[in-house]
Amino acid sequence: MPKSAKPVVFLMADDDPDDRLLINEAFKESLLCNSLYFVEDGVELLDYLHHEGKYADRQASPTPDLILLDLNMPRKDGREALAEIKNDSRLRYIPVVVLTTSKAEEDIMRSYDIGAASYITKPVTFDGLVEAIKGLGQYWVQIVRLPVREN
Amino acid sequence: MKYTSQTITILTAEDDPDDCVLVQDAFRESGQNDQLYFVEDGIQLMQYLRRQDSYAAPQAAPRPDLILLDLNMPRKDGRESLAEIKADPNLRGIPVVVLTTSSAEEDVLRTYDLGAAGYITKPDTFQRLVEIVKGLKRYWFEVVELFHADDASYGLESYARPCASD
Repeated sequence: MPKSAKPVVFLMADDDPDDRLLINEAFKESLLCNSLYFVEDGVELLDYLHHEGKYADRQASPTPDLILLDLNMPRKDGREALAEIKNDSRLRYIPVVVLTTSKAEEDIMRSYDIGAASYITKPVTFDGLVEAIKGLGQYWVQIVRLPVREN
Repeated sequence: MKYTSQTITILTAEDDPDDCVLVQDAFRESGQNDQLYFVEDGIQLMQYLRRQDSYAAPQAAPRPDLILLDLNMPRKDGRESLAEIKADPNLRGIPVVVLTTSSAEEDVLRTYDLGAAGYITKPDTFQRLVEIVKGLKRYWFEVVELFHADDASYGLESYARPCASD
């Protein structure tokens, strides 16, 4: 059973402010008492993971235990960001869960192919989203062990 | 696409027969008609996935939706098998969840590094195992979307699946 001494740190990359708000609410609703951080696109995500620029402070921007990744984002999209993370020997141990509106078989296949740990289609209703986040939280927080982060 | 009413196929690689029985019982206890397959080591696992030798017959080795992988097995262990699965373009889309007695941090880190989609330490009690199986099934088959490869692109032989997806 995983030790829950430290809260699990989630990092969500999503360019849509409404979606970020909904995810935040769904986390609260599902009683996931864990830390949730946000970035708005793939460039910010990689900056965050590399502790660059405005993410240099590791206390304020802790390395996540799990990444939630939207696929369609400006500047650098989720597919590119995922490929970069999974090709980086210092980052690839972090599980990446795709959370997107896309239901395209090709996106599902490609995401798993480049190393997504799982692929979730955003439910259309808030209740559906809360259920999904509950299932996600139960699995990643209560059932599995995550690697111990370095910082 | 989610398996609310469909049969779920799970392949467990586990060398300990007692643990196989426990896993089987825990799935039975958690309800629904899952199709469970077992292999005893990494060699058998790769033969199953590639439909070789005793797994070559049609329907002998349906593509699993999820693989549960023990780490310490004879002949070829879980770490080697995981690396092989994730290096094979036909297989790497299948999520692999490690289920092991090892709680070594190094194993946790290394298996995620190799592409595991979860690391579960075998619990002490059967009741906890049932809870784990329930949560595992809820996540993978109600929350997550899995990719259903058509069988032409999977394994060496193509064959007609009993229930074609989509």
